[in-house]
Amino acid sequence: MPITESDIAKIAELAHLEITPEERRAFTPQIAEIVAYVEQLNELDTSLIEPATGGLTPEHERADASREDAVRPSLGQKLALDQAPDPASGHFRVPKVL
Amino acid sequence: MPLSEYNVESIRSRIASGEESLRDTVNRSLDAAERLNEKLNAFLEIDRKGALARAEELSANQQAGESGLPLAGVPLAVKDNICVRGLQASCGSRILGPYHPPYSATVVERLQAAGAVVVGKTNLDEFAMGSSNENSAFGVVRNPWDTERVPGGSSGGSAAAVAAGIVPVALGSETGGSVRQPAALCGIVGLKPTYGRLSRYGLVAFASSLDHISIFGRNVRDVAEVLQVAAGRDPLDATSADVDVPDYKAALTTDIKGVRIGVPRALLSEGLDADVSERIEAAIEAYRELGAEVIDIELPHAKYCIAVYYVIATAEASSNLARFDGVRYGFRAEEAKNLREMYRRTRDEGFGAEVKRRIMLGTFVLSSGYYDAYYRKAQQVRTLLKIDFEHAFGVCDAILTPTTPTPAFLIGEKVDDPLSMYLNDIYTCTANLVGVPGISVPCGLSKDGLPVGLQLMSRHWDEAGLLNLAHAYESKHPLLERPRVSALSDSTS
Repeated sequence: MPITESDIAKIAELAHLEITPEERRAFTPQIAEIVAYVEQLNELDTSLIEPATGGLTPEHERADASREDAVRPSLGQKLALDQAPDPASGHFRVPKVL
Repeated sequence: MPLSEYNVESIRSRIASGEESLRDTVNRSLDAAERLNEKLNAFLEIDRKGALARAEELSANQQAGESGLPLAGVPLAVKDNICVRGLQASCGSRILGPYHPPYSATVVERLQAAGAVVVGKTNLDEFAMGSSNENSAFGVVRNPWDTERVPGGSSGGSAAAVAAGIVPVALGSETGGSVRQPAALCGIVGLKPTYGRLSRYGLVAFASSLDHISIFGRNVRDVAEVLQVAAGRDPLDATSADVDVPDYKAALTTDIKGVRIGVPRALLSEGLDADVSERIEAAIEAYRELGAEVIDIELPHAKYCIAVYYVIATAEASSNLARFDGVRYGFRAEEAKNLREMYRRTRDEGFGAEVKRRIMLGTFVLSSGYYDAYYRKAQQVRTLLKIDFEHAFGVCDAILTPTTPTPAFLIGEKVDDPLSMYLNDIYTCTANLVGVPGISVPCGLSKDGLPVGLQLMSRHWDEAGLLNLAHAYESKHPLLERPRVSALSDSTS
């Protein structure tokens, strides 16, 4: 499908990216070219093929990956907030939501 | 010490014989990292203080008779998207601030416990997205063989540091070839193990079904030693597998008689550089002489791997990178009027162009109305690729291809053409999609004096067989030439 500048603007909004008009103009043909390249997959009839779920090997898929449900020490509030851009009173402070 | 002898085994024997102290070994690596960084830009942080403190500690233990650590005093460089407690983890991005993780990756902890000393964190394409290191927010890494050329990517800093003899071994990460490709372009060995062989706890996620921690070394034996220590189940990573870890060094017998090597001939024509083609044909001949049986195989869907890869990798990236929002750590754009604007401006100012492109592509292929046409389709073709590999490994024990279609290209050459850059991964990204191990070994130089890499892939979990195949070739055809920029001189030159 053709990708237009307004598609790129909409995708950027969905991805929480505030791109500039220059970026929008530059990205549109680049992403359009990549999408066109990807569409070569349509040459293949995959109607009877199960989609893969990941890179897991058959050994993985049979294994029980869950670990013991045991209480462990966690980072703690101080360390967790240590690198926050704007910590306040033991919380992450953000600009107003509405 | 000559560059050609700079490896784990010789470091260990020099320290044991007293020829060079453990402290001097670490100190020399730090000196080299600092001295060459102006030329190569391989390191984003050099930890002189921490590395020397650790060296003192290891020396004291040694003097107290507590030796026996397999990697005691071995300098190690770590890609800056793998956490090392006390050091930064920038991921090559402004959005992380840089971040200082409060914990270390399991693989790093295991290597440190075995005596390896982390000398610093290496440069990379931002969030490991790139094949040239030109996407780092902190400047391009230069190839030690020719500083006008790229080292490959995304683990270019680790590759350059090993190639220049700053460290004998380094950690990188792979999503579509980010260790094997720079290993090829820098004339060193790069191993991507089986998906699940190495814990990814402490590796910043890019595309979780494709990400691997991977290993660089100056020879196959060193890579085997690092893998030995790092491998195995980690309860902190649910995707790390509970599979036996064999003795990798013992597997390096160089006996490969009767091993069947499959060559997917159809992939070795279009777009392949003539010098690379010549070196690969010579390597195929070398394997015949070593007693391997070389057969033609087909991987009918391998030509679709880049298309599959760029749908799945970007889809997973768009999800994984949603966490970088200016709330809990790293950079935050100032004076936003509300939360939404803060998110958007933080991500716009914090991410570079390639990361934004991939997040947007991933958002697109997952968006309502397009999911089936792109994402589901790509996962179906991934199934076909897995079937291709199952069939191939029914008739052969390993698959041989070039690692990259060309030797190192010039800095700036492909920077405005993302698709052409993506095609660098055409031989490597299948191993990430199907989870099999792959290794790149140097197989000579091009006419311009640039390294060429030979890639081998084997069945899931058969790193031992893969390492032995690579070792057999390397023992017979070592790369004797040395890069222009090097921390060590050769006694022969």
